[in-house]
Amino acid sequence: MSLLSTLARLEAVRSGRAEPLATVRHRHLAERPMVLVPLAAAGEAGAPLAVMYGTDRAAPRLDFVPQPLNRAQRFEFLARFAAELLPYLEQFGSEVEQVEASEKDAETGEKTQVFRELCVDAPQLIVPNPGAVRHLALLGRSTRFRRTAEDPDPGQYPAPTQVPLFGRWLTHLTERAQVPGASLLLPMTGLLARHWATGQSHLEDQHLAAQLAWHRRPAPLTGAEAAERAESARDERGQLLHPPAGPATDPAFDELVLAPAIARHDAAQTALATATGGQERAELLLKAATEQLAAALESVLLPTWHDVWQGIDLLRALPPAAHLADRWESDRWSYTGHRDRLAAGEPPQPKQDDAVTAARKLAQREREQTRVEVQEALDDPLAMAEYRLAGEAFSGVVEEVTPDYDTSGRSPKPRPLVTVRTADRPHADAGREVHRVGGPTAQRAVIVAGDLAAGTVTVRVVSGMGRKKEPEPGSLPEPGEAVTFTLFELAPRQSAPLPEPEETPWTHGGPPGGGAASPEEEWE
Amino acid sequence: MNVSHLGQADPLAQRLAVLRGPAPQRSLDARAIAALAANPGCRRRAVLDAVGVDKAAVARRLGRPAPFGQSPFAIARGNIFERRLKENGYAALLEPLRRRLGLPADSDTPLAVPDLLATAGPAVRAERTRQALAEAAADQAGWTLLDHPMLRLEVAGSPAYLEPDAVLVHGGRCTVVEIKSFPILDGSADPAKVGAAARQAAVYVLALQELAAALAGQPVSTSPYATAELPGSPEPGVLLVCPKDFSNRPTSAVVDVRRELATTRRQLAQLTRIDQLLGILPPGTSFDLAPDEAGSPTRPADELAGAVEHLPAAYRPDCLSTCELGFHCRSQARCSDSLDQLGPGVRGELGGLETVTAALAAAEGRPVPGGPGEGAERLAYAAALRAQALGGGVSR
Amino acid sequence: MTADLTPGAAADRAVAAILAAVVAPAPGAPRGVVVDSPPGAGKSTLVVKAARELVAAGEKLMIVAQTNSQVDDLVDRLAAKGPELRIGRLHASDTRPAAEALRHENVTASAKVADLLEQDVVISTAAKWQWVKTEAPWRHAIVDEAYQMRSDALLAVARLFERALFVGDPGQLDPFTVVGTEQWAGLSYDPSGSAVVTLLAHNPEIRPHRLPVSWRLPHSAAGLISDAFYPYTPFRSGTGPGERRLTAARRTDGGAVDAAIDVAAEHGWALLELPARRTVRTDRQAVAAVADTVRRLLERELSAHSELGTTPVSPDRIAVGTAHRDQAAAVRAALVALGVPVDETAGPAVTVDTANRLQGREYDVTVVLHPLSGRADATAFHLETGRLCVLASRHRHACIVVARAGIAEVLADHPSADPVSLGVTVQFPDGWEANHAVLAHLQRHRVALSAS
Repeated sequence: MSLLSTLARLEAVRSGRAEPLATVRHRHLAERPMVLVPLAAAGEAGAPLAVMYGTDRAAPRLDFVPQPLNRAQRFEFLARFAAELLPYLEQFGSEVEQVEASEKDAETGEKTQVFRELCVDAPQLIVPNPGAVRHLALLGRSTRFRRTAEDPDPGQYPAPTQVPLFGRWLTHLTERAQVPGASLLLPMTGLLARHWATGQSHLEDQHLAAQLAWHRRPAPLTGAEAAERAESARDERGQLLHPPAGPATDPAFDELVLAPAIARHDAAQTALATATGGQERAELLLKAATEQLAAALESVLLPTWHDVWQGIDLLRALPPAAHLADRWESDRWSYTGHRDRLAAGEPPQPKQDDAVTAARKLAQREREQTRVEVQEALDDPLAMAEYRLAGEAFSGVVEEVTPDYDTSGRSPKPRPLVTVRTADRPHADAGREVHRVGGPTAQRAVIVAGDLAAGTVTVRVVSGMGRKKEPEPGSLPEPGEAVTFTLFELAPRQSAPLPEPEETPWTHGGPPGGGAASPEEEWE
Repeated sequence: MNVSHLGQADPLAQRLAVLRGPAPQRSLDARAIAALAANPGCRRRAVLDAVGVDKAAVARRLGRPAPFGQSPFAIARGNIFERRLKENGYAALLEPLRRRLGLPADSDTPLAVPDLLATAGPAVRAERTRQALAEAAADQAGWTLLDHPMLRLEVAGSPAYLEPDAVLVHGGRCTVVEIKSFPILDGSADPAKVGAAARQAAVYVLALQELAAALAGQPVSTSPYATAELPGSPEPGVLLVCPKDFSNRPTSAVVDVRRELATTRRQLAQLTRIDQLLGILPPGTSFDLAPDEAGSPTRPADELAGAVEHLPAAYRPDCLSTCELGFHCRSQARCSDSLDQLGPGVRGELGGLETVTAALAAAEGRPVPGGPGEGAERLAYAAALRAQALGGGVSR
Repeated sequence: MTADLTPGAAADRAVAAILAAVVAPAPGAPRGVVVDSPPGAGKSTLVVKAARELVAAGEKLMIVAQTNSQVDDLVDRLAAKGPELRIGRLHASDTRPAAEALRHENVTASAKVADLLEQDVVISTAAKWQWVKTEAPWRHAIVDEAYQMRSDALLAVARLFERALFVGDPGQLDPFTVVGTEQWAGLSYDPSGSAVVTLLAHNPEIRPHRLPVSWRLPHSAAGLISDAFYPYTPFRSGTGPGERRLTAARRTDGGAVDAAIDVAAEHGWALLELPARRTVRTDRQAVAAVADTVRRLLERELSAHSELGTTPVSPDRIAVGTAHRDQAAAVRAALVALGVPVDETAGPAVTVDTANRLQGREYDVTVVLHPLSGRADATAFHLETGRLCVLASRHRHACIVVARAGIAEVLADHPSADPVSLGVTVQFPDGWEANHAVLAHLQRHRVALSAS
């Protein structure tokens, strides 16, 4: 944690409410995001229990597995869920724009102009917390290899065609969620924590309602009191007044509410199956039992549903950061790429990345990490303040601009000196390269001298002044102008090329063996 | 190692009994020891665990009950998995054991499963385990499975009884088997859960090392990286048995617990001896909840809180998920304005500052106790930067 | 097996076996040779020898190092020891090689590999090699500091060579990344892991060689460093007790700093301990104590006596090691204020840097600001085994550790409770355990510095 966010937390402890950590919104928010609150059945990996989802806050949809231990019911649930969600995920695939790019011919090395399709928008899923992302990843893993009736060998338990397709989407979205700054799938706790500090620890911020309590705290409670109430207040039956945001449910709910409701549902189902006469009554009883179960699950899902939407309201109140469209375009590329892979009939994502794919993903994440950090700093003075505090950037007012020239070459080049008065204490070792923020063009300079006691740093500008002997008018800051220089580059470096997977070298086990595309799965 | 008369003669045990009151003693298990070792600086927890009070009941009485519990679904599934492992003469357990440990694939060599007196008291069971291990270790060629053996380990001067899921003995050495209900999915498992399992298993390995040393009449090696070669000595690799992928079938992985073992050994040696800790308690202190006939505590909460208060806590936010008293200690940290409420990382950044008020005073450039240090200066600078950035006009 | 040999004979035997495996591999021998080298065990000498023998055998080879300063050091050393070698220094277009690398006549520098294809040896960083596209791959490569190299970097460069010698110190800091990599933990080719770990996992027939003798570490340090950081691969010092000595031309001023210098001169270690206090990282008093120690080391005109003769302990033979960059910056500023040279472009200067940047370097005397000094907590970063190992194993004569009292308590209260990934080999002792071992040793050479 940085000192600035610590300071914001301290302020939140004092004020009893969340304090800002950003002046702009740093993540893309769709006009109509798909909010999704999944619950998992306890004791089993990736076993779905229920889900509440939708793009209309007034009309959440609820679906659930009546008997979570029953695998047939589980796949019926997943088939319904897939049928509902796939249209939303796929609808963005139809409207595209043509983007011009240059492609290098592999043989001749010549560059040619090509047009590539880019979907103009992409889906956005918002879930309560990182646990929900992990749960969706498990659902993706457990469904994308499922054999369907269309397979040559459908196996004993063929799944509806949509199930493995849905699994591949879930896998793509949850993988993409690992990329820094990506916004196709976002956990609300993380979104809130990026933009506001609460007066509690990161660990406690993982609880969505507790984090939100610092925003809404009903008078006369402080944020801490409201958060504790959200975490632990129970009714006379021992049930939490504000159920956890999942995917795990409260054990007391499982024991006292869910288990009896499931037992009643099971009994009603058995009664219907074995009924010899009185069919109608048995059906009514089953319907009642199903409704009871639905009501129980709805009661623990609705509070979180509203919490996520309230979080969205809070975020919408912040103005969008300048670079959001740029990063959302990367998300659109990611979405378009997956659409194209599905259309090309490629097999599902493997269980494990091969060496080259893993290295490529790591390179992408590192590149995007740098990009999002830099862009946030450029978009938000509060983010830039982190770097100023760390000595990685300095802001101040230009005190003096002294013309100077590099006469070592054939024609003299402008190399003016700019002295900045600043209260910041950058690691201003002579010779370090700095980059000007917000100039008319990208501009590099080199630190000539830093007198931190006097509060001045002098840099020699070495680029961004045009090609003539004198700097282009307006290319240099004027005395009295506010400037910021960073000690880090303002654009991420390109990642080094990696071999193709089929050229994996001997040090990494050689090319990955084929055949593992459709692994046998244990289902029982 | 005569356990049976500990209860009467030992003055420490007597003192602990007084502190506990008439309630039955809660025995330390491996999970508790591993958790204790995870926050060894907390004297409150060390003493309450040694005394053997029901911390969950204390937390309830103090008005901030622990939110821990296990879903009946999880319990049911865990039981099914463990039962399935042991069906047909441990067939499902033997399959992974065979593969990992080179157990003969055919069943020509019978697996001995001695009776370990599962219904007897802990001391008797521990003694029986000791015999069974000695016999099994003496039989170089045979294979023996100790199903839920009982091990004894001295922790901070008081005995703890530990019950591993299973211990497999062959060739004079033994291997701890740890059965867990989280899955191994595509060969990997939740690292936090594996880490916790490894720390727990390390406690068993440590107890078995001491047992093997005791059987041989030799002192335990103190080098953290030495592996004992005595008969019955445990292997440093423990066998973790979990459900495979999304199924109920077992799979296994060997987890090397040498690091955890070294850490646990040093940690237990360092745990301040309980009798010294008890010295800070004023005479007459008791953690007795004085339950009435229905089992409801009658001890006034204030009085109980006062008794707990005598024991200094080392609160940090992860206590909320590991210790029954976490919520109580957090509220105390908040009341006392301590920086501990925000987590250990914050302390590190603020140097010598102890309270939220002092830190905010430093941020505002006001005098702080202990005078202005670099921490205070940096904080004031950070506050200036923050004010400048927010001055740009954020609506709140 | 080698215990009864003299250190020199044991080391020679190990080096001969390695060179044979590299230069004249048996038919069917693995394509890689891995050499684990504890601190100062002659790794660089081995690289130079292997390069010369390969070139003498008619091979051209490429050398991969991890940082530009490592490359420049290696170029300098190789050019000096192997005047017959034609050496190419491949560098990035926006960096200039250091002057000491370019001062040799047999060194050619270029940002384009095409300019260097005629050279016997071409040296560059892994980062630069990744961009090299050439149809004429070198048959042989030497990968230096291979444990610092990330697996993904090796993946990108391995296409350039057929056989390789990997040399490195498994006890140094592991490579790292700032993004999440949990999903690859336990995979043999985890891209964020060490290149050597990947190599060995995929080539199990490679049996790592080991250099058994540290020529850098004095007898007083080798035992502790070996026990604390290399418990499964022990090594010994090349010199015996008393063979390395430090003497001061000027007597002690009676202060604690001088007392610590004298203790270090006599025992090889000293702990200069400030009163317990929780502080921020750039603890002003601790920084001042470090700077004072360096100043007094220079003022007292120390001489280092060793098997190499007697040399003055000049500023360039002293290093200060810290955990964080801001600490290094604070120490540098404090030294400048005391008039101690820290700018190496202006003459012999004291090196002040973080553990990461001190990897592979060697000095007569080091002054270390203990990573846990003044801390309220011990994070995984501060407990990382490699960090302490690097800081405590850079010296030929003595190491003076500056710390606040109370580290033992911080350690006791912050045991490592690291998550465990299945399939990841436990290779190294726990940082927490190693910290305890080093601290216990330092306590024997403690000098208290009262608050000023």
